[in-house]
Amino acid sequence: MSSPEQWTRPEPDAGPAATAARPTAEQVIAGLRATDEGGADLVQLLTPEGERVQHPDFDIDVTAEELRGLYRDMVLVRRVDREANALQRKGQLGIWVPLLGQEAAQIGAGRAMRPTDMAFPSYREHGIAWCRGIPPTDLLGIFRGTDHGTWDPLEKRFHPYTIVIGNQVLNAAGYAMGQKFDGAVGDDDGEATICFFGDGATSQGDVHEGFVWGAVYDAPLVFFCQNNQWAISEPTERQSRLPLYQRARGYGFPGIRVDGNDVLATLAVTRWALDECRNGNGPVLIEAFTYRMDAHTTSDDPTRYRLSDELEMWKLKDPIERVKVHLVKQQWADAAYFEGVEAEADVLAAELRDFCVAMPEPPAQRIFSGVYAEASPVLDAQRDEFLDYVSGFAGGEH
Amino acid sequence: MAAALNRALADALDADERVLVFGEDVGPLGGVFRVTDGLAARFGERRVFDTPLAESGIVGTAIGMALNGMRPVVEMQFDAFAYPAFEQITSHLAKMRNRTRGAVELPVVVRIPYGGGIGGVEHHCDSSEAYYTHTPGLRVVTPGTPDDAYALLRDAVECPDPVIFLEPKRHYWTRGDVPLGRSSLGMDRALVRRPGRDVTLIAYGSMVSTALETAEAAAEEGWDVEVVDLRSLTPFDDATVTESVRRTGRAVVVHEASGFGGYGAEVAARLTERCFHHLHAPILRVTGFDVPYPPPMLEEHHLPSVDRVLDAVARLQWDDEVVRSGVGA
Ligand SMILES: Cc1ncc(C[n+]2csc(CCOP(=O)(O)OP(=O)(O)O)c2C)c(N)n1
Ligand SMILES: [Mg+2]
Repeated sequence: MSSPEQWTRPEPDAGPAATAARPTAEQVIAGLRATDEGGADLVQLLTPEGERVQHPDFDIDVTAEELRGLYRDMVLVRRVDREANALQRKGQLGIWVPLLGQEAAQIGAGRAMRPTDMAFPSYREHGIAWCRGIPPTDLLGIFRGTDHGTWDPLEKRFHPYTIVIGNQVLNAAGYAMGQKFDGAVGDDDGEATICFFGDGATSQGDVHEGFVWGAVYDAPLVFFCQNNQWAISEPTERQSRLPLYQRARGYGFPGIRVDGNDVLATLAVTRWALDECRNGNGPVLIEAFTYRMDAHTTSDDPTRYRLSDELEMWKLKDPIERVKVHLVKQQWADAAYFEGVEAEADVLAAELRDFCVAMPEPPAQRIFSGVYAEASPVLDAQRDEFLDYVSGFAGGEH
Repeated sequence: MAAALNRALADALDADERVLVFGEDVGPLGGVFRVTDGLAARFGERRVFDTPLAESGIVGTAIGMALNGMRPVVEMQFDAFAYPAFEQITSHLAKMRNRTRGAVELPVVVRIPYGGGIGGVEHHCDSSEAYYTHTPGLRVVTPGTPDDAYALLRDAVECPDPVIFLEPKRHYWTRGDVPLGRSSLGMDRALVRRPGRDVTLIAYGSMVSTALETAEAAAEEGWDVEVVDLRSLTPFDDATVTESVRRTGRAVVVHEASGFGGYGAEVAARLTERCFHHLHAPILRVTGFDVPYPPPMLEEHHLPSVDRVLDAVARLQWDDEVVRSGVGA
């Protein structure tokens, strides 16, 4: 566990804040803190060096095939992420929200879910989307600007991406309460809900209320916080004096900090937490200790607020490398296997690219659809006038 | 415009040490639109600082600091992200003077980048002015030009009432000369941006430039268009606007927000009450449609364009023909 002093903020009067060029002492400290090992409570099963270690409470047996599957998932979602980022740079997407560095947290959590479980993402959960069977091409609409959402949340059991920070936590609490009210909870075949949010989100009232609701109704809800050390430009210290997983205690449920760059540990802890929930012992808070290796979004410039040393540190803890090393050491995968995954990633990236550039422009009248269950006379009249106006325009009247 | 706002904040921080600037990412990053760029470095972490990620916390603590004699200028990162603070704004910030029989004043400025036109994803493009103008006790202002951005923000910081300061984000990158002296116009007055005889276009914030461009285009078709920039939505400058509309006898109100129950409805109603016998045609509104703000690729259809405003001008019964009930009218 981190020492209390480590989490006490420096004096506010310590001096003027950093300019882009020169970080202050406070920023350097914040950065280094972000690069610590996560404290003694960190659950880890695979070290950054690819060494398999035991944990007294959380352990998991994985076959060679399962571990190769997790590796493949992570490589593919990273490739999708990098390709989408590149598509934004080429002007094919309006914006992209990178997941780089958070692959293990998301694949670990995503593969712990059962098809009957429900997930509530924020906006960076491309790895969870992958595990829910959402084709990566379905993610593009939001970021290209053709749609607000593309998949059917109830069919996929994956709520729409939520951009308003923290809101989905309460919605998830309500969903989980519904699972309980429906009697879908109580044994090993029960259902559970998992809700994703960031370190920054933990300051929002909605998230605290979600903790309270989840707790007093014993909701089958896993609060999955990806602490990627930053909320845009603000380090986690700006949100909390105490490691985030420890907050759970105050609400009356367990909080666990897992190495979010360790796919095995994340899988083990999340599977355990979901099982607790489906058996009626929810909720549980998981803090996945990880790192946002790229900018907040493609509109962001992290050189203004953090040190590149920090990124270099975290590269040593890359979520994919350690699995690769372990697979090789165990002789669970050979060069041909790795090449095969790369080739698959190439195909996936090419498909994404081709799909993106060929996406049709949405029809203008779509803005009038999906507002109410029944046709609204006011809105229908507006739409008809609009179409009339547009056609007059096309006819060269104006 | 962003630079003008930045300078206004710097000058306000310089002029009065009770002024504080805080919000999400306003410190080292300088705000996502760089409006607070360099302020933390210049004025220090005590006066310009990053807050935890919670808008109700930002406004709620601003109220407390104002009670304690400070003058907080807080930032909401985007329009729709001010909604978590709605309760603090409407029930507390707006009402404190009234609840205390005038004993307590809350000189808080809530800066909100608002509106669309920048290809923003969901929740980044709302025009939420009507929520605030419908709340007695708040002043609501919005600049249409860089020079006014400076002048209005300086006035807002000195205002003894809480001010909702709406920044038309599509104009953050608009250039213009900015006189740094304090204008004598004040915060409450509308401004005739372009004089004309035939019709008055009433606009504010992001739509001022659209109205001015429409006036240019209309001139080619023979209409002499007057453009009034409201600047202050609350209080409303009845005198300036009424005088203009009585003179021209025709008016169109333009805003990005949805029309139904929108701010333009209030403007049209007031003007009808005051100018009825001077009007040659019903007052028309050109607004966003009554739909949730569309995704980026569709926003151009939703936003009032020069063509749509011109179309409304053309429908003002110039030949005494019956006005069509038109788009957004
Ligand atoms: C209510 C609200 N306020 C502000 C924002 C703007 N915003 C978008 S992401 C973000 C930081 C979120 O940080 P965190 O919760 O750590 O998630 P991460 O982006 O790191 O995954 C902010 C402030 C928002 N989307 N919603
Ligand atoms: Mg974060």
